[in-house]
Amino acid sequence: MRGWWPFVARDLRLAWSGGGLWLPLVFLLLVASLYPFAVGPDARLMAATGGGMLWIAALLAALLPVERLIAPDAQAGVFDQLLVRGKSDEMIALAKMTAHWIGFGPPLMLAALPASALLKLDGGLVARLEIGLALGTPALAALGVLVAALTSGLRSAGALAGLLALPLAIPVLIFGAGALHPGSDAALKFLAAISLLLVAITPIAAGAAMRAARE
Amino acid sequence: MLRVEEVSCVRGGREVFTDLSLAVATGESLLVRGPNGVGKSSLLRMIAGLLPCASGRVRFEGTLALADEHPALDPGRRLREALALWSRVDGADEERIDSALSRFGLAPLVDVPVRMLSTGQRKRALLARTAASGAELWLLDEPGNGLDAASLSVLGAEMDRHLSGGGAIIVASHLDLPHGFTRSIDLAMFAS
Repeated sequence: MRGWWPFVARDLRLAWSGGGLWLPLVFLLLVASLYPFAVGPDARLMAATGGGMLWIAALLAALLPVERLIAPDAQAGVFDQLLVRGKSDEMIALAKMTAHWIGFGPPLMLAALPASALLKLDGGLVARLEIGLALGTPALAALGVLVAALTSGLRSAGALAGLLALPLAIPVLIFGAGALHPGSDAALKFLAAISLLLVAITPIAAGAAMRAARE
Repeated sequence: MLRVEEVSCVRGGREVFTDLSLAVATGESLLVRGPNGVGKSSLLRMIAGLLPCASGRVRFEGTLALADEHPALDPGRRLREALALWSRVDGADEERIDSALSRFGLAPLVDVPVRMLSTGQRKRALLARTAASGAELWLLDEPGNGLDAASLSVLGAEMDRHLSGGGAIIVASHLDLPHGFTRSIDLAMFAS
């Protein structure tokens, strides 16, 4: 595992200098500020649908940088250099997933607070939304890296990545949004289970995809 | 140090070379020659473990460094920082990077972003990374491309230095390099 953290730190620094860390934040706030204009400023409607809408925004924010996650490094030979240093594809995928999550999970959870205020969501709902995001964003980060590895090097990779990710993201969305209702602890447990599954299989599956793409 | 045993290479369904065997010991340098498309780069990638062998096997124990046409340096970062990432991944001493940079004449450019460097300067940066890696086996793919005469002689000196320090080098090149290779093979002899 030596050499793992410098690579994660390098990814984060690239995301920071490229403005990538602000992207999910701005995206979520944009969606939250546009939403009342689209459906009308009805407080009851906002409270009923706002949390679910923020979950959709979170899911799409995870897919925004998919084209930049794997393909540029594969083309520039960064992975080759890591591999000749004895790192495995799985370790690279794990580092990518970690950096992607740090780069969008916590900023998104932070952005969810002002976004909830814009939609006038009540405190209990915001708390459940934040717990759900804490459990669900690792799954979304894993999904982003997985589809990025699968579509790396393909033409129109972005469109294909969205198409691949959406069916896999639906369970996260169902249980994430389902956990917004009071007394829906079971949904949170399912969300945690899906998250664990995706986080566990992504390094292996993404690593296999990267290995296959190299030949 | 390295043994390549009856290796065949298949690229895109086409057999590029077959039954290639070679061995490289410490202190030896091997020049792989041959026209374009004969599989020089593929051979280096197979030795590096980046490409599976269609048949045969590569036996190698130790550390290796690869310098090919992919820079693997982040374009937006300063040269020194971009190279320091790799010495951190290696867990190596960052002073080695500095001395390698100055030997390759890159000391005045350490604060220049990688994307502003010329082709030759980028190539020298790759060679400096290889020289600073501390790896036992160097795999150099067309190391002379884009280098001026002065840089070529620095490269030759670095290769001599690595060999006398107990390393080994495999070079794929169609240019003449200022280095007395221990051996050379023509990959076209193994074409199928």
